[in-house]
Amino acid sequence: MWREAGQLINMSKPAIIVENLSKRYRIGLKEKANRTFGEALYDTVAAPFRRLKNLGHAQADGEDTFWALKDVSFEVQPGEVVGIIGRNGAGKSTLLKVLSRITEPTSGRAVIHGRVGSLLEVGTGFHPELTGRENIYLNGAILGMKRAEITRKFDEIVAFSEIEKFLDTPVKRYSSGMYVRLAFAVAAHLEPEILIVDEVLAVGDVEFQRKCLGKMKDVAGCGRTVLFVSHQMNAVESLCTKALILSEGRVAASGLAGEVVRDYLQHNKGVTLKVVTKAVEFLGVLNRHSLDSVAATDSFEVALGFRTGPEELNAVRIDMELFNERRERVIHTRMKYTMRPPNMRPNSDVKCRIIFPPLHLSPGAYRATVWMSAGRTPLFWADDVDVLTVSATPALDIPVYEEDYRPVLAPAYRYDLQCCSSGDGGLAT
Amino acid sequence: MTEQNTINDLPQVDPVMPIPADGEARPAVPDDAPITIIEAKKGWLPIDFHELVTHRELLFFLIWRDVKVRYKQTVLGASWAIIQPVFSMVIFSIIFGSFAKMPSDGIAYPVFVYAALLPWTFFANAVSSAGLSLVSQTNLLTKIYFPRLYMPISAVGVGVVDLALSFAVYVLIVVYYVMFQGTAPVPGASILLLPGLVLLTIFAACGMGFLLASITVVYRDFRHIVPFMMQAWMYATPVVYPMSMLPEKYRPIMALNPMAGIIGGYRSVLLNQTIDWQNLAISAAVACGLFIFGMYNFRRTERFLADVA
Repeated sequence: MWREAGQLINMSKPAIIVENLSKRYRIGLKEKANRTFGEALYDTVAAPFRRLKNLGHAQADGEDTFWALKDVSFEVQPGEVVGIIGRNGAGKSTLLKVLSRITEPTSGRAVIHGRVGSLLEVGTGFHPELTGRENIYLNGAILGMKRAEITRKFDEIVAFSEIEKFLDTPVKRYSSGMYVRLAFAVAAHLEPEILIVDEVLAVGDVEFQRKCLGKMKDVAGCGRTVLFVSHQMNAVESLCTKALILSEGRVAASGLAGEVVRDYLQHNKGVTLKVVTKAVEFLGVLNRHSLDSVAATDSFEVALGFRTGPEELNAVRIDMELFNERRERVIHTRMKYTMRPPNMRPNSDVKCRIIFPPLHLSPGAYRATVWMSAGRTPLFWADDVDVLTVSATPALDIPVYEEDYRPVLAPAYRYDLQCCSSGDGGLAT
Repeated sequence: MTEQNTINDLPQVDPVMPIPADGEARPAVPDDAPITIIEAKKGWLPIDFHELVTHRELLFFLIWRDVKVRYKQTVLGASWAIIQPVFSMVIFSIIFGSFAKMPSDGIAYPVFVYAALLPWTFFANAVSSAGLSLVSQTNLLTKIYFPRLYMPISAVGVGVVDLALSFAVYVLIVVYYVMFQGTAPVPGASILLLPGLVLLTIFAACGMGFLLASITVVYRDFRHIVPFMMQAWMYATPVVYPMSMLPEKYRPIMALNPMAGIIGGYRSVLLNQTIDWQNLAISAAVACGLFIFGMYNFRRTERFLADVA
């Protein structure tokens, strides 16, 4: 009796129900600047007490808190593959952390039916001193696999990761590509009913990304539920049935993956327009889709679209500044340096292509500020335009850096070393 | 426009799952699937013992990892586990045994002090590494969910391995004294209580470890405090001196320090002395209380650890 009833409920019940989920973080009190050394010293001494006082009682909504998630609600049916997209800081990672039980929500709730396997970072729990073989067991256990299960899948994991020869080498001697392959291989063989995956495909070369997508497709094919965060719209579109856009901690849109992705790309959600006139409308980056995974060694072009208003525009300038994730200005393209400022006919669509040679940029997402003026009259100014994503390509011998130390450029350089005894006249060039 | 290596290169796969039309059978959640409810919780929470049992292999792997990694790229390898208590024994024997002429209940001072250093070294190392177990592995704390209690417990577990090694040394020391000095006390039947004493030490170490681990995540100051604390604690415990130095009436108060009664127990068992049951009972009760309080307190603070780590 009970069992039948349970089955009935399960048949119609979603795998994940999220209801008004909110998560608040405290970002530290605003502190006034110290005027004298004495005050600075006092502040330092008083700091621990202030901290103790603050920690005691939860504070109300104020300047020093921010909502990473605010009233997020959605449902995921069993077998669905849901892509979660949104800008950096939109709350995607926080959502996955809450659903993975790493952190607790501030309010609201989520009900999950089934075992959850989450993969928020590739290689969590890998120990550099241990060998590949040992790390497979360790990492598998951390991800929630039983020892017998790991032993059963061991050969499959090794084959998938293509590291047979280095199985007994400490992973600290692995290249970053090998490391990522092994780490993903272990995680890919986890067989939970619900798989939560954060941006793990951003690492690894194109060939391996393809393999991972294939593996995730297999996982989904078995009727499992997958939540998948990615910046690669193409991956979301091809892998997911549904998609969800998060913006400033709220669900901005949800629906079928293809439609949501197209909507996201076309409307360039998140663009901040500073100056807007009726003279021209910015249509966004027309080829954003093909700029989703540009290799550092690729040449590429950015096609900006505009629609002119009822007036003719004279001496038009279109400039673009490209910023990396640390908001460093990488490139400033100025139209006037390359061509004579053109005139534009009224009521027409304009496509402005900016063609770049291979730039050898570090992997990451790049945003731009685009502005346009006619003579000295500003026509519009758009900040935070999502332009391109440069993918990591270790296969091309480009060094891979950790995020915190990532330099602006990552060209495929090489070293050459010459030694000669100083008696021979030293290093003559 | 270059085409190679852009995302267009990826296979254009069809959507993986056809979206089922209404009425069509959709994949169902298996009948026995566990239901997890995620919501904000307040106050003291029950401990999910079932989860601890199902994840027991993880505990084994965490201990195995630390044991394996600890002495990699060291010349002396696992003998470091032995050198530490042996070195302390030598120093204490010289300073307290020879110079200070500390009473040792009529037993050769090195044997007397080593019998106490055995549990103390274990306790001190276990507590300090359990205290640091969360801050030193914040990547695990913030990226994956598993029973967090296993982080301090595994740190203590590693200490148990060392304890076994240094116990072997104790056997050698006793054998030496029996053969060449003829004075070492050979343990009697009470040695059968030893596993129980080890368990009590583990409880005390875990209890302290749980408390320090969650505090250290929030206040990193404890990183610096713990070494001093353990040093002071050692002198507040009858390690280098016998409990018999204290007047009888103060001994129960001393036993409120769980390690006092427990170390007294080790000595009685190893050196074949009469066991002070009263002290042992008080210390055992405190150790168990510490363990339970530490565990529930850890559980209470667990929920915001990932946010502050």
